[in-house]
Amino acid sequence: MPEIRAEGLRKEYGKVTALNGVNLTINNGEYLSIVGPSGCGKTTFIKSIAGVVKPDAGEILIDGNRVTPLPIEERGVGYVFQEIALFPHMNVYDNVSYGLMVRGVPPTDRRGPVEEMLHMMVLEDYVSLYPKELSGGARQKTAISRALTSGSLLLLLDEPLGALDLKVRTVLRYELRKLVKDLGLTAIHVTHDQEEALSVSDRVVVMKAGKIVEVGSPMQLYLKPKEIFTAKFLGEANFMIGKVSNVNGRGSQFDVSGLNLSAGINGEFFPINGETCVLAIRPEFIDLTSKPGNVNTWACEIVSASFVGDSMRYEVRADNGAILLVKTPITEDESGFVNGDKAYVTLPEGSLLLYGLPEEGLEKALSLE
Amino acid sequence: MPALRLLNVTKRFGAIKALDDVTFEVKDREYLCVLGSTGSGKTTLLRSIAGILHPDDGDVYLDGEKVTEISAEERNAVYVPQTYALFPHMTILENVVFGPLAKNTSRGIAEETAGRMLKLVRLDKRADAYPNELSGGMQQRVALARGLASGAKLLLLDEPLGALDGRLRLELRTKLRKLAKESNLTVIHVTHDQEEAMTIGDRILVLRKGKLQQLGTPYHVYNRPEKIFVANFVGNTTFLEAIVKTRSKEGSTLRLREGLTVRVRDSSFETDEAVILSIREENTSIMPEPKGDEPNRLSGEVTAVHFLGSFIRYVVMLTNGDVIAARVPIKEVNTEINKGDWVSISFDPMNTHIYEYPTLGLQGELEAN
Repeated sequence: MPEIRAEGLRKEYGKVTALNGVNLTINNGEYLSIVGPSGCGKTTFIKSIAGVVKPDAGEILIDGNRVTPLPIEERGVGYVFQEIALFPHMNVYDNVSYGLMVRGVPPTDRRGPVEEMLHMMVLEDYVSLYPKELSGGARQKTAISRALTSGSLLLLLDEPLGALDLKVRTVLRYELRKLVKDLGLTAIHVTHDQEEALSVSDRVVVMKAGKIVEVGSPMQLYLKPKEIFTAKFLGEANFMIGKVSNVNGRGSQFDVSGLNLSAGINGEFFPINGETCVLAIRPEFIDLTSKPGNVNTWACEIVSASFVGDSMRYEVRADNGAILLVKTPITEDESGFVNGDKAYVTLPEGSLLLYGLPEEGLEKALSLE
Repeated sequence: MPALRLLNVTKRFGAIKALDDVTFEVKDREYLCVLGSTGSGKTTLLRSIAGILHPDDGDVYLDGEKVTEISAEERNAVYVPQTYALFPHMTILENVVFGPLAKNTSRGIAEETAGRMLKLVRLDKRADAYPNELSGGMQQRVALARGLASGAKLLLLDEPLGALDGRLRLELRTKLRKLAKESNLTVIHVTHDQEEAMTIGDRILVLRKGKLQQLGTPYHVYNRPEKIFVANFVGNTTFLEAIVKTRSKEGSTLRLREGLTVRVRDSSFETDEAVILSIREENTSIMPEPKGDEPNRLSGEVTAVHFLGSFIRYVVMLTNGDVIAARVPIKEVNTEINKGDWVSISFDPMNTHIYEYPTLGLQGELEAN
């Protein structure tokens, strides 16, 4: 049940700063995910904790002990990465018991922990099979079992499901979380799949350009992101620039390129009169109807409509030229809209997210590359 | 005249049939997405159309002309591999010029074409850069420009967005479709991402173990899946084993395990026949306590609650031990339902599908790729 602390981690590769002062405490028994665009430093971060990458500056503490100078073998971590690295000439049983073997545990004493792990991962039927005879999912489960059989309580998962097909990935992610909770492990999971991060984590870390942007529970980060980049990176969002035209005790009014919007008091950002702000709203919170709503209703025209199975995705153009993405559930009684239809969007006050105009400009603040 | 036609195409690799008697047509200027898991034959299909591979049986027609025996260079189709295969020692411009030059176009015309294509993918300002100086998204656009510059009217894209981060993928997929439509191209786009296929394909072709499972519009494939495999692969679905109890013109009544009964739309199966009932997770409602008496109301205990961003997913174990999942749009979540709560589940008979009981059994059918 280790607690991990990263203090002031820095790492540079030539001109590229992979970690630019990262501080983070991961609690005992926590399942923490790290997400961010390519090159944000998430992989360098988890590799620094594993001991595979040596940071240029900063410290890593496991249960209060400084492990920064220690190699991976002496850190007591289980490390699983995307490229499944099983020994091809060993069967599942031997692969899983490998860690105990190299530590000199005699074969009779290996059996207990190995069998327990194989049972936990429902791999008993596969013990005598070789890696090439296994499905991708079974192979990755074997790799996870091997990482854990050495008795490590810290599980580091570097895109562990990235190479698997979607359906297998979805099943395995819940099994992973269950395993971590059942065994009382601490897990750090790097992923590019946001749904994976949101669905299994106690907390999610969003990184950009070597820095932590925001840390919070999945719901916090998705529904009330404090940082504009979190709103952009997790899920989808529409962003609009608006000028504050009025502020009162219940909220504020905005002029968005000639159209009005009002927003309730929302989070920690309090706009002031005349200020230019960014308003954001997730596409699934916008109502799209053939008749106008009461508050925050704009007339619009449907620019594109696409069916994505469990919902419809529309692009609509408001009278001020703004293009909004709208996502609506499929309902039987509503046939939906087609290109060129006139309709109304309603942006519920409570669903609008407010941000100050970023110093570097909106486009730069939202850029992924 | 269809732009492409495959007639009974079979391709073997040793004992494995990578393509097994595949027949279909693609219309001129159509955007077709080919969907399947790893090993389903997607890449073999593209390479057979490109002429890089030659089928063991059957024929390939381009614009009505049989090209089965014709080499890749002489076909009016260009294959863009998943890895982009850019030449690392050549600039972006040289990489793109390569396509037309290989087709014996003069240097001047080739450069003019390349410049135009780079402008189209908005990389004209980076013409002098080398591939390793560009991000993954930009490299993808270069590969695309090279494909376009070859002048081929049929573009064969193998997981064109596969190497990109989730967020960037989302942005580029609509651009890709737009580009294809503006350039009057016929596109076959291979992907394992069902949402990608639904969003950009005019039609979707689902492959499994080299066999065509279904070909239709996204709406058709999603709402009328013809096989359990398609219903499972596209979308999120609950499958339950059942026996037909009674049937009439309006539908049938099914008996689930332990004698629970439900009503369904389909009446094509005989009484006492073993079948599989399928219900989409988003068509399944969940209520905190039993009330009302709509059809197909079942009670059970919530065993897991998964936050997925725009949806919350509830997993419920029914009184008979069957497990059913409900996916509720985040906007419609108004009552708090927690793990361990006793709830009622219901679904509209119109939203159900019935399939013949598979020879492998339900679990076997779902696990087989």
